[in-house]
Amino acid sequence: MPALKDIATQIRRDIVRMVHGASSGHPGGSLGCADFVTALYFKVMKHDPAFHMDGKGEDVFFLSNGHVSPLFYSALARAGYFDIKELASFRKLNSRLQGHPATHEHLPGIRMASGSLGQGLSNAAGAALAKKLNGDDRFVFSLHGDGELDEGQIWEAALFAAHHKVDNLIATIDWNGQQIDGPTDKVMTLGNLPEKFRSFGWLTLEMNGNDMDDVVATLEKAKTMCGKGQPVCILMHTAMGKGVDFMEGTHEWHGIAPNDEQLAKALAQLPSTLADY
Amino acid sequence: MLKDIQSTGSKDTRSGFGDGIVEAARKNNNVVALTADLAGSLKLNQFMKEFPERFIQCGIAEANMIGVAAGLTIGGKVPFTTTFANFSTGRVYDQIRQSVAYSGKNVKICASHAGLTLGEDGATHQILEDIGLMKMLPGMTVIVPCDYAQTKAATIAIAEFEGPVYLRFGRPSWPIFTKESDFVIGKAQIFSEGTDVSIFACGHLVWNAIQAGAILQEKGISVEVINIHTIKPLDEAAVIASIRKTGCVVTAEEHNVIGGLGDAIAQCAAKHHPVPIEYVGTQDTFGESGTPAQLLKKYGLDVPDIVAAAEKAMARKKG
Repeated sequence: MPALKDIATQIRRDIVRMVHGASSGHPGGSLGCADFVTALYFKVMKHDPAFHMDGKGEDVFFLSNGHVSPLFYSALARAGYFDIKELASFRKLNSRLQGHPATHEHLPGIRMASGSLGQGLSNAAGAALAKKLNGDDRFVFSLHGDGELDEGQIWEAALFAAHHKVDNLIATIDWNGQQIDGPTDKVMTLGNLPEKFRSFGWLTLEMNGNDMDDVVATLEKAKTMCGKGQPVCILMHTAMGKGVDFMEGTHEWHGIAPNDEQLAKALAQLPSTLADY
Repeated sequence: MLKDIQSTGSKDTRSGFGDGIVEAARKNNNVVALTADLAGSLKLNQFMKEFPERFIQCGIAEANMIGVAAGLTIGGKVPFTTTFANFSTGRVYDQIRQSVAYSGKNVKICASHAGLTLGEDGATHQILEDIGLMKMLPGMTVIVPCDYAQTKAATIAIAEFEGPVYLRFGRPSWPIFTKESDFVIGKAQIFSEGTDVSIFACGHLVWNAIQAGAILQEKGISVEVINIHTIKPLDEAAVIASIRKTGCVVTAEEHNVIGGLGDAIAQCAAKHHPVPIEYVGTQDTFGESGTPAQLLKKYGLDVPDIVAAAEKAMARKKG
């Protein structure tokens, strides 16, 4: 298998090309979380690209910040869930690759629609609880934006998962400090997130989400912290737009597509490590 | 004759739910019950006693409850969410829309204390818009049973039915006049056949429609009283067959006339066989505090209102 870092680079390349091809989409968060999702699908999770909706005996992943769909789609395709050629249909009419992830078109790998924010932690907690009821000892992973933590439902779910000792759940927060209208500190202060989650009854970890070794090590560590009566939260520091210098560290590229010139500039920084779709 | 339809007792429809879910859970190990701090009101006591490990308390956090329920389906569970109708629908519309309906999840949204008959708690809790909200969601089945027995039967039936369901019932003690075996999802229940006017009703107002129908029969009017417990998918064949015979319609529901059963019947009639329709329901207004009987009277949902609506519909047909 190619090195994780190389897979992440190709996925970043796919993201930029998909968003350019659709003239719309969300490159910033997708690029920022590329290392994390690559680590999950190519190293950390036990999963089957033949795809079974019930995920019994498998680790399952919920993407709560559904706007980073190009990342999710690229990772699924590269992991063998569907043909990489289909990535070209992203956001186009009659595509299974909807603007935000959906089960409606039966795209393998998607278990829940997301896009309207704040719902994925509840979904993940429910799926994790079902695993416990079924005697299934695999894990449930989820990813959330930091801006998404403005949603009250996240904190309802945080209470719930701790109360019910959902200790097979590993939720990761993309703590990039940016949301659509600007830095999270300006839009809605999040304060001390590790302390917040701890006070809700979670075990917490922090990691550099753009350092592949740290990502893999932290996710593996998180797995060892499961089964102790508490859910696990990873506060993941990332740079929005990571990998494309002019997109990096700003909310400006949250939800816009590069033009032809910008695409060329971006791709020059992201060499093709696997074949392009 | 409709006057021969007697009640065999009186019980709240929510108790039908509480008894039904216990039977459903005995039959199917995957049935789980969730509540948002209203286990007692939803009559889950027996379920909790018999299946403690399959009871999931969510606290007063309905949005999370819906999301958790959707997640539970992924492990093959059949989750029943329980709270009052207002908090089951309006409060969590987007959660139901994305995580349940759009995602096609097998969640049963079970809602008590619907409509005016909630009574004294007043308009904050008396949702009169929920049928409309739920039937607008693609893929959502909407069921409004009419008495204890039918609510019990519907609860058992939806556990074995694949797909999202909204099950609406209520708080007050109400006459029992159906048999559990009468209920089939999507199949209208005909109480009387006639040629002058069709009365389509759902929920608590089915009993009122039967009483109104008996009065009309006394007056020599040939009336069809039909229980549309499944509002979506609508039993269009039964509706069309009836209105072809009678040529005019009354709809009766404990809901706003905008968006509810009346709208569903009107759309069916407009497409297939347009006829005069009179709507018994709340007239685009909120409710208020009062006893159920006082409220049904004040808001025009009582037996005489249905009789008057039938006479008006028949007059319009002749005109």
